[in-house]
Amino acid sequence: MADHITLRVTRYRPESDTEPVAQEYEIPLRKEWSVLDGLNHIKDHLDGTLSYRWSCRMGVCGSCGMTVNSEPKLTCATFLEDYAPGPVRVEPLSNFPVVRDLVVDIGDFMRKLPQVRPWLIRSEQEPPAEGEYPQLPAERAEYEQFSMCINCMLCYAACPVYGLDQEFLGPAAIALAQRYNLDSRDQGASERMDVLSAAEGIWACTFVGECSAVCPKDVDPAGAIQRYKFTAAMESLRSFLLPRGA
Amino acid sequence: MSEKVHYTRFHPRWYRPRVPVFWWLRRRSYLLFVLRELSSVWVAWSVVFLLLLVNAVAQGPERYGRFLAWSAAPGMVLLNVVALCFVLLHAVTWLFTLSPHAMAVRLRGRRLPPAVIGVGNLVAWMLASALVALLVLG
Amino acid sequence: MARRPVEPFLWLLFSAGGVLSALLIPALLFLFGVAFPLGWMSPPDHGRLTAVLGHPVTRVVLLGLCVLALFHWAHRFRYALHHGLQLRHLERAISLACYGGALAGSAVAGYLLLSAW
Repeated sequence: MADHITLRVTRYRPESDTEPVAQEYEIPLRKEWSVLDGLNHIKDHLDGTLSYRWSCRMGVCGSCGMTVNSEPKLTCATFLEDYAPGPVRVEPLSNFPVVRDLVVDIGDFMRKLPQVRPWLIRSEQEPPAEGEYPQLPAERAEYEQFSMCINCMLCYAACPVYGLDQEFLGPAAIALAQRYNLDSRDQGASERMDVLSAAEGIWACTFVGECSAVCPKDVDPAGAIQRYKFTAAMESLRSFLLPRGA
Repeated sequence: MSEKVHYTRFHPRWYRPRVPVFWWLRRRSYLLFVLRELSSVWVAWSVVFLLLLVNAVAQGPERYGRFLAWSAAPGMVLLNVVALCFVLLHAVTWLFTLSPHAMAVRLRGRRLPPAVIGVGNLVAWMLASALVALLVLG
Repeated sequence: MARRPVEPFLWLLFSAGGVLSALLIPALLFLFGVAFPLGWMSPPDHGRLTAVLGHPVTRVVLLGLCVLALFHWAHRFRYALHHGLQLRHLERAISLACYGGALAGSAVAGYLLLSAW
């Protein structure tokens, strides 16, 4: 195993660059080093001006998503060794505006997320004195997969529909809406329906399936969207056949 | 749905690349997706071909004979071989990758895993094909 | 937020067409488009096909297949043009051509399988 590897990192300095340029750094190749460790090595020892986001280093916070050799990845869970002998291309996440170097603007996702009301909605709140809302293991299993989302936005970077149309609500937001729709304690499915079944909601999705392929937490947003399409279609059919809402 | 991005003093210039027209050539999975979507054109062609067959049968044995001769012309065979490849791509992706993830089939209150749904689809496909062969070939 | 109340129904037609065409078209196209023309198998004689098609159930199933498969095409092709070629500005014309084409094709199929038989 060679003891060094080249990282080809995309730089974008808005005060001087008109478009991103690649810059190469040679870093030590260690067996236990992730791509994020490589970037930290650059920041600490080679070039302190490099900008990127990270926090937990253990695949939970969802802030170190970048494009590694054209694939959206969590850089803390992507190991340099798998790309030897290199070079490894590290670029910002696709489909988002680049603020600087590897940092993208996530405002669009942050504005969309609350629109699907990703929290438990009760038609009438019971006071805590009356006890908790119980749930069976089987009921928990219904939504558990969708609750694993860490908002890393790799699915948005992989989704060509979002790349073409920024109005699209997108994979993670819809999967999170399903996480609450499928929760036995939640009663807010009808409140979420308007946003979800709009033209920019589920109907914009063409089931490319890449959102599920790149998801580091196996959330399967593509499956969530298709299942919601079926729910929404049945709801439309029902209100069409029974217009009085019987 | 989303607000437009506003430039501020602190972020003077976002870099936002345009999506190229041939974005689906950049990744194998995107190319496969576009081919899968284009299979619908060949599904439509199959409908046209079947309707021509039905029309020929309805017009009598002589027209049916001419249809068989026409469909054996090299150009037609080539066209239908291509059509069959795309129709198979549609059937395989639809039955084994798309619908197992899109359906939530329950058995005794438990959700069936996608692989089980795929096997069920395979059985249904085999039965339907056998029925078609039985009706046509006798 | 744009509400398009027909979208769920178009999607149901698309899905039903996807299932039916995946199950039935490969076998039909293999037999009539490849196997018979290449002489791998001998085609059924005219009397046999008349007998099979003479049964109303066969023709109704075939009609269902044709109509749903055409709407399947219309829906998928609309999105393929919309996204694959980025023709968003032609959205209305594309939808009209696709679903209009499916409707016209369905009318032809209905005529051939029900009235003209």
